[in-house]
Order: sequence, then C-alpha cells, then structure tokens
Amino acid sequence: MSEWVNTLSRVLYIDLARKNYWIENREDLFGRWLGGIGVATQLYREEVPRRADPLSPENAVILSVGPLTGVFPMASKTIAVFKSPLNGFFAESHAGGRSASAIRFAGYGAIVIRNSSDRPVYLIVEPERVRFRDGGVLWGVRSAETVGRILREVTPGAGVRSILRIGGAGEKLVRYAMVMVETFRHFGRMGLGAVFGSKKLKALVIIPRKVYRPPDLKRYREVYKKIFELTKGPGTRKYHDLGTAENVMALNALGGLPTRNFSSSRFEKAEEISGEKLVETVLARRVACSACPVACIHLAAIREEYEDEKFMYKTEFISYDYEPIYALGTNLGVSDRFGLLKLLKAVEDWGLDAISTGVILAWATEAQKRGIISRSETLLDLEWGDWRSYLKAIENIVRQPNDFYRSLALGVEEASRRYGGQEFALAFNRVEPAGYSTGPLYFASLAIGSRHSHLDAGAYSMDQKIFSAGGGLPRPGDAVRRIVEEEAWRQVLTSLVVCLFARAIYKDSLIAEALSSLGYTCSEADLRRLGMEIYLEKQRIKREEGFRASRLRIPDRVYEISTPLGKIDEGYVRDVLREFDDFIARGAE
Amino acid sequence: MPKRLAILDANRCVGCQLCMFACSNRLGFTGLEKSAIRVISSGGVERGFTVVVCRACSDPPCARACPEDALIPRPGGGIFLKSERCVGCGHCVEACDIGAIRIDEELRKPVVCVYCGYCAQFCPHKVIALEEVEMR
Repeated sequence: MSEWVNTLSRVLYIDLARKNYWIENREDLFGRWLGGIGVATQLYREEVPRRADPLSPENAVILSVGPLTGVFPMASKTIAVFKSPLNGFFAESHAGGRSASAIRFAGYGAIVIRNSSDRPVYLIVEPERVRFRDGGVLWGVRSAETVGRILREVTPGAGVRSILRIGGAGEKLVRYAMVMVETFRHFGRMGLGAVFGSKKLKALVIIPRKVYRPPDLKRYREVYKKIFELTKGPGTRKYHDLGTAENVMALNALGGLPTRNFSSSRFEKAEEISGEKLVETVLARRVACSACPVACIHLAAIREEYEDEKFMYKTEFISYDYEPIYALGTNLGVSDRFGLLKLLKAVEDWGLDAISTGVILAWATEAQKRGIISRSETLLDLEWGDWRSYLKAIENIVRQPNDFYRSLALGVEEASRRYGGQEFALAFNRVEPAGYSTGPLYFASLAIGSRHSHLDAGAYSMDQKIFSAGGGLPRPGDAVRRIVEEEAWRQVLTSLVVCLFARAIYKDSLIAEALSSLGYTCSEADLRRLGMEIYLEKQRIKREEGFRASRLRIPDRVYEISTPLGKIDEGYVRDVLREFDDFIARGAE
Repeated sequence: MPKRLAILDANRCVGCQLCMFACSNRLGFTGLEKSAIRVISSGGVERGFTVVVCRACSDPPCARACPEDALIPRPGGGIFLKSERCVGCGHCVEACDIGAIRIDEELRKPVVCVYCGYCAQFCPHKVIALEEVEMR
C-alpha cells in the first residue's frame, strides 16, 4: 500500500453533544476505497442508522476528500454525505471553493460530525485541534454571506481557510437549505443546510497548515505539469468561456429547456438570460476553486439605485450557472436579467438550494393560476415572470408566516400532497429536478440518483446522443446498464476527488498515472471495478433504507413534456425503473 | 541579469492558488504552507485578490533588520537567505512593509522568494511573470 494513504487516512470525529473530538487512522477505509465518495459511503454505513430521522442527532455529516485532493489541478471538490431531510435516504452533495484543500491540509481525509449541540455552535478545525465556539451571536444572522463576512474577520487562516455556513433557511430547517462554501459555492442539493441547522451547527471554519512530501518528487512534478497543460486544452473550454450558462441557448435550440414548470421545453426569451448575454452585460469577474485553472465561477455585478434615495447606489455580486438560471429564470418565466440576478442573490443570502426553490415556486404559481390555492395561502399573486413577487415568496419560505409557506419549506412533494396539484409537482424521489427536459433516460436517472444532480450519470447527454443518432430508445435493461456504468465510473472520479468538469481530462489512464506517481498500484481495470463496487455499496444502503425505484411517484407532467425524443412513454420509464430494482437486487446479493 | 517576480495585473487573478501550490512543489511539498507567494481575497472573492510576494527592493529593510546577517542583499535588489546563520527571530517579518515574509513554523526559518519564476509557469491568467531587473 502506498505511504501516501497514511497522509490521507486520518479521520476527524467531532461529537457536537459532548463537545469533544478525536482522530482515528482509517487506513482500512482509505486503502480499500480511495477516498471521497468511496470512503464517505463506508463512514455513513458505520454512523447513520438506516431508519434514523434525518433531523435528529442520529444523523451524521460526513465530509471527505481523496488522494488527489490539492495535489493535482482540478482535484478541488469535497464530498458531503448525510441522510437527506427531503427524502430520508442516503444523500450526497459536492462542493468546491477551498473546502477540499483546506480539509486535506488540515491533515484529514474525512471529517465526521456526530450528534447535535444543545445550543448554537461553530467550529474551527485545525491540524490536531478543534475549537468549539459559541454560535449564539451568529445564530439568527439570516444572510449566509454576512456570516462569512463576520467569520473572515474573527478567525485565522486568511487566504487558505475554508468557511462553511448556513443562512436563515438552514436554521429554520427548510428541507432544501444549502451550506455555503466561501462565497458562491455550495453544498446545494439534498438539504445539508437543514442537517446543519438541526445540529445547531452554524459554521465550520477549516484551516490548513500541513504539507506532505510526494514519494517520488520528480515523477510527481512531471505528471502535475502534464495535467496542468491538459487543463488548458479543449476539455474545459465550455467552463471557462461562457461557463455552464452556455447550456441555455443550446438546450433551447434542442427543445430541452424546462420552462414555466416544465410545461414547455423552449423559452421564447431565452436569449435575454443566456450565457452570451450575461457575459455581454453583467459578467464582472471570474473566480476559481482551489487548484483549478479553469475558473468557471462567473460573477455578475448587480448595480442598483436605492428606491428611497436618488443617486445612492450599491453594487453587489452574484455567481450564475446554468441550473439556477433554469430554476429561477426559465422555469419561472423570468427573462428580466436584473430580476433573475436578484432572485439568485436572494437564495444565496437566505441559504436555499436554487433548484428546489425554483421548482417549488413554479408549482405554486401553476397551482395558484389553476385556482387550487389562492392569495389566502400565497399572500401575494404569483405570476410567471413577476420576479418581485418571487422575491417576497422566497423570503416567506424562510420566515414561514403561515401553514402554506411552512409546507413549501418541506419540498414540493409534501406541499402538493397537502394542497393538491401533484400531477404537476416536479419531484423525483421527493427531490426537485435539475433542468434538462432531454428525454426518458434523464428523468429515470434523476429518480435513482443519490445526488440529484444532472452530473450523477450525465444521462441528459445519453438522451441527446440517442436524438443525434436518430435511432430508437435502448431496451429498458440496456438503458439501466448505460446509466449505471456511467455513474459507476463517476464514483472513481468523486473518490479521488476530481471535479466532474475535469472528466474529459481525467481519463482512466491518466488517473492510473497520477495515482502511480503517488505510489499507488492500481490498473485501469481495478479502477473500473472499484467504481462499480462503490456504486453498489451506495445502492445497497439505499435499499436497506427502503428505496425501490419502481415504487416512486413519477409526476404526470413528465409524460406531457415535449422533449427532443418526443413525448415520454410512461410504460418505458416504469420498465427502466423496474429493471433498475432488479439490477440492484442482483448486485445486493 | 537578476530577475524578480512581477505582478502584472492582480485584477486577472481568479484565486486558484496554483502559484502557491507550485512554490510548495518547488520545495518538494504539496500544500500551501511552504509557499513564498500568497494570494488572499480583498475582503470576499467578489472584490478580487491581493497577491503578496517579495518585490525585490533595492535596499531591503528585512536584510537591515536581520541581527545575524542571514539575509544577504542581492545585486539588483532582493535578498537571499543564508539558512545556517538564521536563528528564526522573525525580525525580518516585522521589517517587511508588504508582509512578504512569513516564518515556516516547522523549520522556524523565514519563507522567502528566490525569484525562480516556477510559480509563474503555472499561472493560468498572466497575473505574475518573472522579469529582469536593471542593475543600477
């Protein structure tokens, strides 16, 4: 086994109830499962009872990094694993910023946060030490951005530390609250912010002070240089030019851009909020995660005059990406750029997941327009494109002035169960979808994923390839095989952990080379086998928690959507989900 | 001709820290702590970044502050460290007005730029470059 494993295999355990911590050498896990999602899955198996209430002290937060973290370019992501308060299942969320290099060089491969505090706390994690700080002053600071601003002033480690924190949404246990990382990066999906809130954990500051010696410096530098050169090539072009917002016009042209609660797949005003238009009008700066030359984070400037004082202006910044543009733009019929940016800023400040928030507001808008709910519930008139009303609604989701908004805070599945309109309540395994109306493989993959990101298996791309090839759909069993094989491979990438935007660079041969320069011996075939093992481990846990794809509610709207592959056939989706259950049942044996 | 590291345009900095990783790599390490160049946000990443590195002054106060003559002024500006003379007192850190010297906590010696330009090779956005300095 590589000595490198020894630098990575220390796991920091923190008990929030007892306010103590300890470090264990888990070479058994890091030697067998690399790191990242591979190790986090095993830690989850050890830590979280299958039937635990996600908002109880029984849930745990597991953060993990891998052997390439902070060591090679674009190995920039941290994996968070926890039981999701949206659906009660094993869930994962990934984020960059400086979180990954901070954890790695604070001397840990993973951090396990157990139990709940009886009063608000924040933590400062350093090599060999955790400081428990009273969080009473910060609790109630509703803007996650402000929390970061305060902690930047009062904690050490400027320039290298990572600051994870929640806003008002996490404190109020909104089930899709996010955890903000630095500024503008997030553990966005699946409700990690609510888990932090339930543990009374306001923030986590991680300060890296360690360095490690690569075993073979000469080879390490060679491979480093090679990877660095590759990051400048065509494999990352999309991400540094227009950024992910490039997808707006591409999906619109294809007819796969979810619009007005997925009632249409083209948005007539897409151009107004396209990546091209944003670069032309509002792009102010690009920034990067640690160790990433690409700098995909596009920041827009919002310049605004105060309504109550002429000639008094402020300029704020907000990051934009494709998914939030879909969720709070096209899916709400918002084409006003200024309004869209204000919505992005609102979810950022309150600490909400942009995707879930947008999908929930789209359902509420349609429900109000159909007369299922009225102003007595919404307290305002929701109308496609009316971003001012949506701004107030977002605030209400956090402040929760009535039963309706308390229900919205539980997710669209629960809100629609209580108020009706389930047929157009977009949720897959109780989680609101990322924005690709590309075809049946994509929606099926959302139903079975544990991250509920379009990047789980990249099935939107499979739909598009089927469309370009002009052929028919694969047989359900083959569809399952394609999705599972791709997702299994991505388990390798997210165990290393490299950003999935680097997937065109980190091919199996390059990964083997990078690992070998650190003293690991594993072949490309070993990696593929490991990816499938990790994938099956995750699915086994979910199965033990009671997950069956074939029992999921699939909203009727899915079968009405126009996609590039035509209308989606319900029988086909059901067959795919059944085949998936069979596949996992066989794998679970 | 002697060289120094020039900051061409800090506004282009994206905060990727690849210069810092490169500087650590040069010394045989991974990580950030050994780096002689540092990038810090100017009060939140949206406000941009400050790049802090030795600017190779022609009359370096760090050298004048060193009680052990461990920091030797270099022809053309800047200093080099005679490590065997250094006792790790930290006076040089105090003396540098731009904060370009830090103490390596492990070695108890200052971390100083050696003007090699290795970091600049890994800057993806033309923020820094190695430039020649004119001898006076």
